[in-house]
Amino acid sequence: MGSGKMHLLVSSIRIAAATMLICVAGYATAVWALAQAIAPDTANGSLIVGQGGAVVGSRQVAQAFTEPRYFWPRPSAVDYDGAGAGGSNKSPTSTEVANRGRELAERYGATLDNPVPADLVSASGAGLDPHISEEGALYQAGRVAAARGLETAPVEKLVRGAAVSPGGVLTPGRIVNVLELNLALDAMERTSGR
Amino acid sequence: MLMQSLLFVALVVGGTALISWPLGRYMKWAMDPADPSAGLAGWNTRVMRIVAGSLAAPDQTWKRYMLAMLAFNVVMFLVTYAILALQQHLPLNPDGKGALEGSLIFNTAASFTSNTNLQHYSGEVSLSYLSQLAGLMWLQFVSAATGIAALAALARGLAGRPLGNFFMDVQRASFLVLLPVAFIVAILLVLGGVPMTFEGAVLATTLEGVQQTIARGPVAAFVSIKQLGTNGGGFFGPNSTHPLENPGFWTNILEMFAIIIIPMACVWMFGRIVGRLRHAGVISAVMLGFIAVKITGAVYFESAPTQAFADLPIERTVGNLEGKELRFGATGGPLWSILTTSTSNGSVGSMHDSLNPMTGLMPMVGMWLNSTFGGVGVGMINMFLYIVVGVFIAGMMIGRTPEYLGWRVEAREVKLALFALLAHGLFILGGTAIFAATPWGADTLNNVGPHGFSEILYEFTSASANNGSGFEGLGDNTVPWNIATGIVMLLARFIPIILPLAIVGSLSSKRRSAESSGTLSVESGVFAAMLASTIFVVGALTFFPAATLGPIAEHVMFMN
Repeated sequence: MGSGKMHLLVSSIRIAAATMLICVAGYATAVWALAQAIAPDTANGSLIVGQGGAVVGSRQVAQAFTEPRYFWPRPSAVDYDGAGAGGSNKSPTSTEVANRGRELAERYGATLDNPVPADLVSASGAGLDPHISEEGALYQAGRVAAARGLETAPVEKLVRGAAVSPGGVLTPGRIVNVLELNLALDAMERTSGR
Repeated sequence: MLMQSLLFVALVVGGTALISWPLGRYMKWAMDPADPSAGLAGWNTRVMRIVAGSLAAPDQTWKRYMLAMLAFNVVMFLVTYAILALQQHLPLNPDGKGALEGSLIFNTAASFTSNTNLQHYSGEVSLSYLSQLAGLMWLQFVSAATGIAALAALARGLAGRPLGNFFMDVQRASFLVLLPVAFIVAILLVLGGVPMTFEGAVLATTLEGVQQTIARGPVAAFVSIKQLGTNGGGFFGPNSTHPLENPGFWTNILEMFAIIIIPMACVWMFGRIVGRLRHAGVISAVMLGFIAVKITGAVYFESAPTQAFADLPIERTVGNLEGKELRFGATGGPLWSILTTSTSNGSVGSMHDSLNPMTGLMPMVGMWLNSTFGGVGVGMINMFLYIVVGVFIAGMMIGRTPEYLGWRVEAREVKLALFALLAHGLFILGGTAIFAATPWGADTLNNVGPHGFSEILYEFTSASANNGSGFEGLGDNTVPWNIATGIVMLLARFIPIILPLAIVGSLSSKRRSAESSGTLSVESGVFAAMLASTIFVVGALTFFPAATLGPIAEHVMFMN
């Protein structure tokens, strides 16, 4: 290697060091410091601390619900693994997706006259979608109310109050955060039982 | 529903196009200041000369510029290779991530050096925070800077000036262009709810009493430059479908803006350096036309409900939701799939493997063309190749010597341009043929039939386009996949940078003539039509037979 080419490497290494220092160490530290100062809750993962002081989950991350007394989230191809997220990556024409749809529709007790909303049987991209559609929540309200010995109306009212439009005029439907809805449900039962 | 989709697309694409204008102007100032020794630009120049050392001052020939670029990219590759290979011994590893397999390290270092960000690993499963930041995020800055530098050099050459100095250009792009924009976007992401912490994963006990480990990390800083530098490699495995990487509707819009803003601004920067802004406007219009067609196709085909549910008691009132997040709305998934593949970004906002068959074809078309905005810097360079071929064909048709910006385009330049364009087809179709016919590919599929073929076709398309998205069902972390795509990514990165520089070197050794009334005006509608047809014929029709075996066959077989 000629000395000219050697110089090219030396200059390259000097620039590598400078960019590493400024674009990695400096940049990441600055963003981190600002994030911890202005938005410490979300910067640390939007964690929710339960009544006993332990972390019950993240507001932004779906968790498994299988008991009839809770609203159920969308299905997850990774079983709600918060440390190994992923989608089904199945073609929407595939028999695997059809089989899962059939099983879940049965579980929801869906009939052709009362079909289940599609989001409740479609796996999300990361398997951690924290939301279901407002229709999907209302579809479950009867089951949830019955399992808790409540009237359906107040549960439906809770759903409607929790539903938000993610993009205002830009998005047609409303969605509900399942974990927050279930926490509100537990809280409602605690206060009404008192 | 239709109105909302139109409004949404117009807001994202139109809004970004508007902002690309002032950014292009700023990038011209940053990359190619009128007087590099005066004022603030002079201060920048002096500091960067100190950093780069003795080689920073002189203008470089195209060969010297290329050698400097290659030397820097070799250093980039080796540093990241070392960090990845040693991550289990290095700090910033709160979750104790272990050693990585050899071919995966090669693939990952090649992938991020080449600005591809194809990922055969899952970030939150396999990588320490140091690997993510100092290994990968660093390359997300400097590989993007390499592309912007190359475009600046190409444009200077076409303007009849010396190409400039790579060691200065790569610093200008890193420090003056990417760093400030990335910082702003990162802070906006933080405000939108993206985590930025060095704490390790947290263990939660769910309401039903089950343990759930929730990975987190320094996500916001990473995601910002991942989107802006057409990198696309996610902090988490499922990329921007992950709720901690993209928590809401507005962060989704911000991240889509960040995908296309710099590629759009690069065209304006090119126009300003060559001194032909109207010409840049024509190029932009052609690029936008292709994007509009693909977006229309994707949104339309994705509005069909999930075919597998056709005979089940499941509502068919919404489009296909498999692999999509509700918080982004119905149009978010298909729009992102087009933006990320029209540029060479490769991040995903929905799972491309689970798109409807014909929707899945649209991203592939984007990567086959790879120039309708394309990667930062390199997208416009790819477009330059199409321009060279286009003006040559036009010149033949009207019987005059082909010229571009006053430079005579002759056999030598056209050969180089065609070689670079056809190499793309060779990598994609050759690789797909080999892997489709052997257990290397066939044993790694997640879907059967034509969709399985699409998985292989998409993977090589993505590698050769330096895109990085995938039909992620493919079990691609195998030695054959890691090595084959690693080699394709590196060749497909550097051939279309080196050959265009060689073309400019060749052009600028000739005498430049004034453009006369007999020359095809590069600011005319005829030029736009000529360019669009060249892109369509060379870029898209090459791949049409392969498309019929994959997405089109699946559509005909299964969709009603």
